[in-house]
Amino acid sequence: MLSKEEVKHIAMLARIGVSEDEVESYQQTLSAVLDSFKELQNLDTEEIASIGHITGRTGEARIDRDESFGTEGEKAIQENFPDSEKSFLKVKSVF
Amino acid sequence: MIRELHEKLVAGEETSVGLTERYFATISEKDDTVGAYLTLLHEEALKEASAADARFRSGRPVDVLTGIPGAIKDNICMRGVRTTAASKILDNYIAPYDATVIAKLREIDAVMLGKTNMDEFAMGSSTETSAYQKTRNPADAERVPGGSSGGSAAAVAADEAVWALGSDTGGSIRQPASFCGVVGLKPTYGRVSRYGLLAMASSLDQIGPFGKTVEDVAIVFSRIAGSDSYDATTAAATEGKLFEEYLGRSIAGVTIGIPKEYFSESLDSRVRKVAEQAIERFKALGANIREVTLPHSSYALPVYYILMPSEVSSNLARFDGIKYGLSINDQKDSEAVTSALLETYLDTRRHGFGSEVKRRIMLGTYTLSAGYYDAYYQKAQKVRSLIRRDFEEVFKEVDMVFSPTTPEAAFRFGAKTDDPLKMYLSDIYTVTANLAGVPGISFPMGMIEEDGKQLPIGGQLMGKWFDEETLLAVADAFERQA
Repeated sequence: MLSKEEVKHIAMLARIGVSEDEVESYQQTLSAVLDSFKELQNLDTEEIASIGHITGRTGEARIDRDESFGTEGEKAIQENFPDSEKSFLKVKSVF
Repeated sequence: MIRELHEKLVAGEETSVGLTERYFATISEKDDTVGAYLTLLHEEALKEASAADARFRSGRPVDVLTGIPGAIKDNICMRGVRTTAASKILDNYIAPYDATVIAKLREIDAVMLGKTNMDEFAMGSSTETSAYQKTRNPADAERVPGGSSGGSAAAVAADEAVWALGSDTGGSIRQPASFCGVVGLKPTYGRVSRYGLLAMASSLDQIGPFGKTVEDVAIVFSRIAGSDSYDATTAAATEGKLFEEYLGRSIAGVTIGIPKEYFSESLDSRVRKVAEQAIERFKALGANIREVTLPHSSYALPVYYILMPSEVSSNLARFDGIKYGLSINDQKDSEAVTSALLETYLDTRRHGFGSEVKRRIMLGTYTLSAGYYDAYYQKAQKVRSLIRRDFEEVFKEVDMVFSPTTPEAAFRFGAKTDDPLKMYLSDIYTVTANLAGVPGISFPMGMIEEDGKQLPIGGQLMGKWFDEETLLAVADAFERQA
């Protein structure tokens, strides 16, 4: 079973805050799900290639060009943005 | 249904506005109980209906779907419309653009009545993980509609929409179609553009239609399929094909495989009986039936529950409280955290996501982390190759395979919410199509009795890559024979 420390570590990597109660619940359910994966280890896949694209498509790209969404587009983005000032979008300082 | 309504619109016996108002009336009568819709688009839908009516009057070319009202799963972006994926983290999100499927439907003036309920970010098999409301199965209000596209399936089953769009990552169209007694198609991976679909697991996700009949599903499918420069995984050479034109033909000589792994001892005897009757009906229609084997089927569920959460953990990293959606910025919960930025991430994602979404993000974070990547993700990608190979082998012998869509009929609310592994078993017959990338259709194959109620159950056909036409033709022949 995953330890409490492991669950907290995973939660931090996933950037999800967790309470002590939640840690215990995740310990149970995550461990049960991970255990159910064990049967895969019985299968010999030494010679098997990892799958690529499922229908075999490769390297499709469209022309990369600017698209202007005008002031309407700016407004739509700004309205969804949690914090903004005038025409600027506000984010937290990284340091 | 769509064709009949279209003929009335053409003949002027009905208008799209009238039709749309009638559907809204049914919604206001039934949706308090059913709970299929999260957002209704009264004004917009009536505008679309007027535009459709004008198009009929003007003599401009119309499509069979012009003016016919449908419903859209709430993880598909519609410009200017709230799009939540049934999550609190997107409670206030207004999509600034149309998904490609929506743009295509707008071009032909189809009418969109509203956005439908679903499991949060399409993670679930019962629509119970929605952060907003329960959706009830129209066949029995005590039971779930299936999921994750439960709202779309229930809307069609309850006549609250003529057609609907859903998305299917591991069975999320086919399983609710089975539970609600309607038809649902998961197209071949790459057949329909995913641009504007809120990504869950990008290598598995596919948008597809619901309808009351196979023909309705074929009609909607033809209007949304096609390559798209905004989704590099879409395939060319599918443009303009009208799948409804391949229906109504004889299926004599088609070979249908019965994978023995899907009919194990443990299959519910009532489901088995209905499936066996379906096989008899295929025989009566002239199809050849052959027992086949898909030897790696038992690994499909573990492979799916490794790959899907891995992709989920990456795709859902974008919901961080910075760019859009919920942003918790009170620095209250995690006193030990000194960085305001980290605190915003932790608090927003803690309160914005429900527990199943958090579980899958954490599961995927674990399976992709250093030291575990080879044992889980890499291993699962290799076994996925074997599962695809199973289908390649089987399609040398048969045109498609048949099984029940689900191992049981709709279950009661709460029956599986405490045990994620139990819930995951609901997908046992459907995840293989997503892993192999093949198309799958669920269609009503019969009823089974439970607690004195007759509950619908679906049959599933899985076909060759990009051969939806044969799949639809066989399901259509089955339906006509009923």
